[in-house]
Amino acid sequence: MLSREEVLHLATLSRIALSDDEVDRFASQLSSVLEYVGKIREVDVDVQREAVANITMLENVMREDEIRACTEEERQRIVQQFPMREGDLLKTRGVFDA
Amino acid sequence: MMNTFPTIAEIAAGLHTKQYSCTEITRHSLDRIRSQDAAIGAYLHVMEEDALATASRVDDAIARGEDLAPLAGVPIAVKDTILVADHPATAGSKILEPYVAAYDATAVARLKAQDAVLLGKTNCDEFAMGSSNETSAYKPVHNPWDRDRVPGGSSGGSAAAVAADLCVAALGSDTGGSIRQPAGFCGVVGLKPTYGAVSRYGLIAMASSFDVIGPFTRSAADARTVFEAIRGRDPRDATSGDGRNLKSQASNLKDLRIGIPKEYFGGGIDPDVEACVRNAIRVIEGFGCSVREVSLPNTSYGLAVYYVLMPCEVSANLARFDGIRYGLSEADSRQPIADSRSALEKVYVSNRTAGFGPEVRRRIMLGTYALSKGYADQYYTRALAVRNRIKRDFEAAFRDVDVLVTPTSPTPAWPFGATGDDPLAMYLADVFTVSANVAGIPALSLPCGFVERPPNHSRLPVGLQFMSRWFDEDALFALGVAYEQATEWHGEHPVV
Repeated sequence: MLSREEVLHLATLSRIALSDDEVDRFASQLSSVLEYVGKIREVDVDVQREAVANITMLENVMREDEIRACTEEERQRIVQQFPMREGDLLKTRGVFDA
Repeated sequence: MMNTFPTIAEIAAGLHTKQYSCTEITRHSLDRIRSQDAAIGAYLHVMEEDALATASRVDDAIARGEDLAPLAGVPIAVKDTILVADHPATAGSKILEPYVAAYDATAVARLKAQDAVLLGKTNCDEFAMGSSNETSAYKPVHNPWDRDRVPGGSSGGSAAAVAADLCVAALGSDTGGSIRQPAGFCGVVGLKPTYGAVSRYGLIAMASSFDVIGPFTRSAADARTVFEAIRGRDPRDATSGDGRNLKSQASNLKDLRIGIPKEYFGGGIDPDVEACVRNAIRVIEGFGCSVREVSLPNTSYGLAVYYVLMPCEVSANLARFDGIRYGLSEADSRQPIADSRSALEKVYVSNRTAGFGPEVRRRIMLGTYALSKGYADQYYTRALAVRNRIKRDFEAAFRDVDVLVTPTSPTPAWPFGATGDDPLAMYLADVFTVSANVAGIPALSLPCGFVERPPNHSRLPVGLQFMSRWFDEDALFALGVAYEQATEWHGEHPVV
């Protein structure tokens, strides 16, 4: 069973804030899922040798590393989504501001 | 006009012979959505103006005597995880409530290139995470066969829209069963193409090594028509391809060898569902195909592998949603963050906490755990190794047979709230569908009967699943078309 501290740590890493109730509920729910998926330990595999990240038979696709612009229409649509902006620049809070 | 829609081929014929105009079909679709969808909840957004503009363009082309593409004038709905430029794409999440898509997904651009009439965006589980559509941040979708029951998920809105004749076809996305399971629950046809057969450009990513876009339709032939329109390599998705490097397989019906994987008929399957599937297998035996039992020995690990790898990919993919460049931003500060983090990080936490629902949070945290130092080898890397074993099971089976036949889901649609506070109970609904995603192979679900359930004595559809080799969708269509010619299940419509 995951402890409250472990759940709070996962929430911090995930950049999510949890209420007190949620910490307890997630501790029990995440633990039951982890217990279920733990059954993959029953399979006798050579983990390092058999782990394959790509299961498809697709081939590598290569191209020149060149910049291709989007259309002006697309650029406008993207800029208009910015929650905070100055002209066409995206504005955020300062990284070092407390 | 009609209360139930004709097939895609019939619409093409009807437009050609001027039995009806495209504008008439489109207005009819929009009227049906207006009058019926309040009780179903399939649509999150209707694109009336664009739909009528496309319809009028198709009518002009007909008047000029031009040849039409197979999907010209066909009313199609699009799952809200797939981008249509200048329209909302919420993926069923509050965090994307203010978002308007800046471009078309490739699958959508290919529908538009055929002059398909795009009707609107369909409801789904939040970021496609759910098997019942109950995690949508907006509203539930009601199963057209029994409105007290779920439509399945995550593409529940697309499935219900086709079932209730609120469109002729719909796009969905399938990561662990999100097209096939709701297709089964709603009594329509759903295709999960081979991983990579349809470009994922413009699909809001859930788990990138599993995600694929595919169609919902009323028949296997219609599924093929939509699939042919959207498939193929796209320079904007490096994982897309046409499988041309793979040898094509015979898809002559009599030559098809059918396998029944015994692991799919063990415990846990509803007896009435099993009876429908066994009947379907007898129908298929009647085609003269050879039918034999096969074994996929690692089947029981499929769901566990999926529920390790998928949350890992989710935790990485959903890191991009922070409300800085788009989406919900600093909307909710009910949970003040009192710690030493910087102002910027507090913004991230505040936006993500306000924007993500419980199932999404669960999966992000689960993936964060399974990828963290000390656990990654036990969970993530081990699951990759077991995934490879499952793929090899399929490779071995496909040396002896061409199509595997199984149930789509172990049960029919369940009542709202039935899985309660236990996420694992909902995850088990994917037990027969996940393996195709784990291995990357194509699979088709089609209606194969009904079961009756209290308290409403409703007739609930049962789904039959076919799986075939990588890029051998043709074998699924060949068997599907033959099965539909021999049975009437796909012609049944719910009373809406």
